[in-house]
Amino acid sequence: MVEKHTSDIGFSEAPVRVSEWRRFRRVFFERKLVTFGLGVLVLLVIAAFFAPLLAPYDPYELGDAGESLLQPSGEHLMGTDILGRDTLSRLIYGARTALMVGFISVTVAGIIGIPLGIIAGYFGGVLNMVIMRAMDALMCFPMLLLALFLAAVLKEYFSGIWVVIIALSVAIIPGYARVTHGLTLSIKENDYIMAQRAMGSSNSRVMFRHILPNAFPPLIVLVTMQLGALILAEAGLSFLGIGIDPPGAAWGAMVWDGYRYLANNPVLWLAPGIAIALVVFAFNIVGDGLRDALDPRLRGLL
Amino acid sequence: MSPQQDDAILDVKDLKMYFPVTRGILRRKVADVKAVDGVTFTLKRGETLGLVGESGCGKTTTGRCVLRLYQPTAGQILFEGEDISSLSESKMRHIRSNMALIFQDPYSSLDPRQSAGSIVGEPLKIHNWVGSQSEYKDRVEQLFRLVSLDPSMIDRFPHEFSGGQRQRIGVARALACEPSLIICDEPISALDVSIQAQIINLLEELQEGIKGLTYLFIAHDLSVVRHISDRVAVMYLGRIVEITKSRTLYENPLHPYTKALLSAVPIADPFVEEKRERIILKGEVPTPLNPPSGCSFHPRCFMAVPECSQVIPPLRNVGDGHQVACIRV
Repeated sequence: MVEKHTSDIGFSEAPVRVSEWRRFRRVFFERKLVTFGLGVLVLLVIAAFFAPLLAPYDPYELGDAGESLLQPSGEHLMGTDILGRDTLSRLIYGARTALMVGFISVTVAGIIGIPLGIIAGYFGGVLNMVIMRAMDALMCFPMLLLALFLAAVLKEYFSGIWVVIIALSVAIIPGYARVTHGLTLSIKENDYIMAQRAMGSSNSRVMFRHILPNAFPPLIVLVTMQLGALILAEAGLSFLGIGIDPPGAAWGAMVWDGYRYLANNPVLWLAPGIAIALVVFAFNIVGDGLRDALDPRLRGLL
Repeated sequence: MSPQQDDAILDVKDLKMYFPVTRGILRRKVADVKAVDGVTFTLKRGETLGLVGESGCGKTTTGRCVLRLYQPTAGQILFEGEDISSLSESKMRHIRSNMALIFQDPYSSLDPRQSAGSIVGEPLKIHNWVGSQSEYKDRVEQLFRLVSLDPSMIDRFPHEFSGGQRQRIGVARALACEPSLIICDEPISALDVSIQAQIINLLEELQEGIKGLTYLFIAHDLSVVRHISDRVAVMYLGRIVEITKSRTLYENPLHPYTKALLSAVPIADPFVEEKRERIILKGEVPTPLNPPSGCSFHPRCFMAVPECSQVIPPLRNVGDGHQVACIRV
């Protein structure tokens, strides 16, 4: 990037505007796989939002005696399960569960984890010790194990999907806090943060008006990747029978129900299994694409 | 640009800033880095005091202590008659609208996610300096014009500006609340030579236009300091070794360190340059972790006598406000 220096005194003009957004689009859509991932996610969101319109049958409606475990046919595109419910309809409704769990958990964890990380990094000292050691303690447990434990405890107080959401949120808070903490430590060394102190900004202004916006790009990438991980975790939990109460449609539970008919009725477990794999893959690849597109080192090169 | 009033706006007395060096898991203090070790100077309203010295001699630390970005270890800082050296941060906040800082690096001193207008206008918001939204907008535009930036660029972001323009945004931000004291921390060291002159002239014009605007100008470029300063203080290893009127310093430097510094300034005339006698100092600047005994300059001094390693020379008056810290003068 060639910078034009104006040596004239008087009004000088800024260099020609280069649209960040245009550059972002160019890098982002350069990889075919990323475009594909984005397509999958768009489909997922459409399926979740318009589930009642898209689903050919009511996913909770039990079939008649002869309608259980039907093979795929023109009437039931993916066949029916043991209770005679349409698999395709349940798959579409399952997208709702997956997205809802993913988005709410990510938001809740972000709202708690990001401020914790910023506060720990910004103030340092004892506060940093207390917050980060607590996060480390939480991090010791594998995410799924922690969620499993929390879900088992929370089952007493909450119902169905909320158990999963709360359990998963708590399980991913340390991830947010860690990443934000590291970002804060590096951002706060910039002169513009010292400039804030010199002009008398309050601490909360510095943390949330200046550090947070500068930490945003990496956090967006983190959120995208964690959405995939959360959907996988939710599927794992419901496969293990925790969380989404029957007859609610969840992909993990569908795999569990279907795997008893492993050979005879492969669509029953294959369909939700592929859906999980595809969505998780899509979130990861889109997160990857976002990371490349938001990388400042590529600025001006592309 | 002679001082219009003779009252002191800033009076720094025996300022000390030690940074502790800690070691081990218990953060046991093992030593102090004596970044600033007993600095005393006075700044009159409307004047410019240049602060020069090598890298690591404590210039920047002194500036930051004055702004209370660091909590000084000892000493007094009287700003407009009030001792601010131990004020609480909440009390300090009110005073901060009256003092400002211009940074060396125009790239890292502006928040990349903030528009130029909101960078310049932020101090106004923090100190409730303006009553209404339209007043705020007018003031920001006025500040842009003051530093010769086109007000139509208010919505642009820092990366869309050149280095010199960014530095002007920094100057405009410093001027926002009409401060009486601006600490310029090497405001031109990171700029192209052609741009340096612009910023220097801008700072001078502003001082002529705004009555009572005082600069503490930190730099290591002696010719620039000579151009802008009324008085100059020379620092070495956390202490001021010589302080006098800018003219006197360049014509009649007394401290051996000042002499060596001045002899290092190249002269633009090649014939004169050829005959120029340089004083080459031996060795490196000692570490402020363990400064030499006595006069901290003595191991490198070409005038040193054995006594120099025993007494710390006080800053003493040698007439007409010329102060020097050397027993051999």
